[in-house]
Amino acid sequence: MTQVAEKLQPWMAVLEQRGTDGPRWLQDMRARAATAFAELGFPTNRDEEWRFTSVAPIASAEFQAAPSARVSLGEPDLAGFLYSGSEHRIVIVNGLFSAELSRAPNLPQGVRAGSLAAAVTEHPEVAQRYLGQLAEFNTRAFSALNTALAVDGAYVYIPDGVILEQPLQLLFVTTGAESGAPLMANVRTLIVAGDRSQSRIVETYVGPPGSVYFTNAVTEVAMGEGAVMDHYKVQEESQAAFHVASMHVHAVRASNFSSHSFSLGGRLVRNDVNAHLDGEGAECTLNGLYLADGERHVDNHTEIDHAKAHCPSHEIYKGILGGKARAVFNGKILVRQDAQKTDAKQTNRALLLTADASINTKPQLEIFADDVKCTHGAAIGQLDEDALFYLRARGLTHFEARDMLIHAFAGEILERVRIEPLRQALEAELYAQLAKDLAEIDGA
Amino acid sequence: MLEIKNLQVAVEGNLILKGVDLHVKPGEVHAIMGPNGSGKSTLARALSGHPQYEVTGGEARFEGRDLLDMDPDERAREGVFMAFQYPVEIAGVNNGYFLKAALNAKRKHFGQPELDAMEFMQLIREKAKVLQIDQSMLSRSVNEGFSGGEKKRNEIFQMALLEPKLAILDETDSGLDIDALRVVSDGVNGMRNPGRAFVVVTHYQRLLDYIVPDYVHVLSAGRIVKSGGKELAHELEKKGYGWLEAGTQPVGA
Repeated sequence: MTQVAEKLQPWMAVLEQRGTDGPRWLQDMRARAATAFAELGFPTNRDEEWRFTSVAPIASAEFQAAPSARVSLGEPDLAGFLYSGSEHRIVIVNGLFSAELSRAPNLPQGVRAGSLAAAVTEHPEVAQRYLGQLAEFNTRAFSALNTALAVDGAYVYIPDGVILEQPLQLLFVTTGAESGAPLMANVRTLIVAGDRSQSRIVETYVGPPGSVYFTNAVTEVAMGEGAVMDHYKVQEESQAAFHVASMHVHAVRASNFSSHSFSLGGRLVRNDVNAHLDGEGAECTLNGLYLADGERHVDNHTEIDHAKAHCPSHEIYKGILGGKARAVFNGKILVRQDAQKTDAKQTNRALLLTADASINTKPQLEIFADDVKCTHGAAIGQLDEDALFYLRARGLTHFEARDMLIHAFAGEILERVRIEPLRQALEAELYAQLAKDLAEIDGA
Repeated sequence: MLEIKNLQVAVEGNLILKGVDLHVKPGEVHAIMGPNGSGKSTLARALSGHPQYEVTGGEARFEGRDLLDMDPDERAREGVFMAFQYPVEIAGVNNGYFLKAALNAKRKHFGQPELDAMEFMQLIREKAKVLQIDQSMLSRSVNEGFSGGEKKRNEIFQMALLEPKLAILDETDSGLDIDALRVVSDGVNGMRNPGRAFVVVTHYQRLLDYIVPDYVHVLSAGRIVKSGGKELAHELEKKGYGWLEAGTQPVGA
């Protein structure tokens, strides 16, 4: 037995206990995913996609794959995680759908928002057609792990031509384990947006502050022709938690997908967003804002695959790093030979508040078409001294000027949030964390 | 109001101002002229407290207090205003929000109540008219995407709002067309009063046709080499700066 396989042994034992419920095709898929994971193993720093992020703390830890009993949460437990006005919500606790906590009153006819396990039996054509088709579990270890072990999750189906007026919040709560090893939650989401449908989806990931657990999340989004979706991901895990998540979007003709990723919590965080622009005129926007301090590590990998002509993509990622935080940003833009008239723009900026904070950043443009427009820019550094002085020359103190500039830096991403109560909640959370970080810097 | 004695200032280790003396009384307008590299802007920036301008000797007192001992923001709150030669673009900071913060910082400093949004907007509307400031300039980011003229007007607009005791204009005329120059000058002239003083730094006499100074000083190689009344500016316009360059004898003298 090789050394790698030996290390995987406890994980193989976990995989052996994977769910046996559900239809044959699902069980087959789980089995294939388990085999894929056994072959792939956990990525190491020798893997280009994981060069600057070590998952050793996850690979070498032992986790409980599922809680021994359903953890019951009450309405008050959710209070801090629901932004005001989120009427429609699906609540997933430790990977399992909670009927008691979920609310989706008065959804338009044909819309489904609920348990993924239920959808597999109740809505089998759609579930079978899309589940596992985008997540690339044959090549991605964490996706394979999730595919093998997830037993439930969130399911959203919006029929053709339906407009969801209200945003739909998917709230993923991972609780700490009551005893024994920390909990691992394999959280799965499938979103199918019909042709010309319109929707706003908010995924929120949370856990008890200070507790150790591992959220391994996979989201698949299938966009129909002309579908429009605003997707928000709010990662507010415990600052001691591991969070590895990937979102895979398949976009066909004339669809428009916007992703807004806010990564505020977690001890070791990896967010992957992959958008496959697979129809003419498909447009995608990937925005991100991440904040890390202390010894936290946050890695954002994005990939936009321009497969067809006339697809615009826009991307802005910004990070604010304090303490000894480390960040990684890798933005890949692939323009295939057929993707003429591609217009791709990527911006990546990071603000380092301390000398010990650091970031590894890489734009990665692979262009095989000749009539395209691709731009990328990166700026890493401290606050602009000239701007600081200008504000001070108008009477603002050093601290006031600095705070104003930091807020402006984050504001550029925050102001793109088109759900006002959510924007306010994010702003409050972000600024509270920043205030704490800055107070530490000033006190040091 | 402002007393400068033997002021010496270095930038990145190079001594630029080599001993400048200047006395400015309330109500006066002093023009500082001089060729490129003479130290005009260094004087303005040193007085505003720019961290890259290191005072290596001499003193500067504002209303009897040691100006050089104050932080840049304290100078501003006490009533020293510098209109920047190159106003800084600040992405993401709303111009109106910034102006309100600046105004309230000063009001707080003097124990006055902060203005609420309504009072502030009223004041803004009043001041904006004079400087032909479009309301839309308030909702944009500070100076971002502003034309050269808009930036300079925004500087004078800030001055009008903050009502300083001493205003230092650092080459406010550079890059302005004649219309913008008139607007800016009207803004400045409208603020002249017996309690307020101006130090106008400029390369060209043109600005002084509109903002007529009481005194003109010529700076050359880091020293004031000649001082006079407003007619000195006209003389400079005709003869250039050559005859005053430090170390050379005035032509025909």
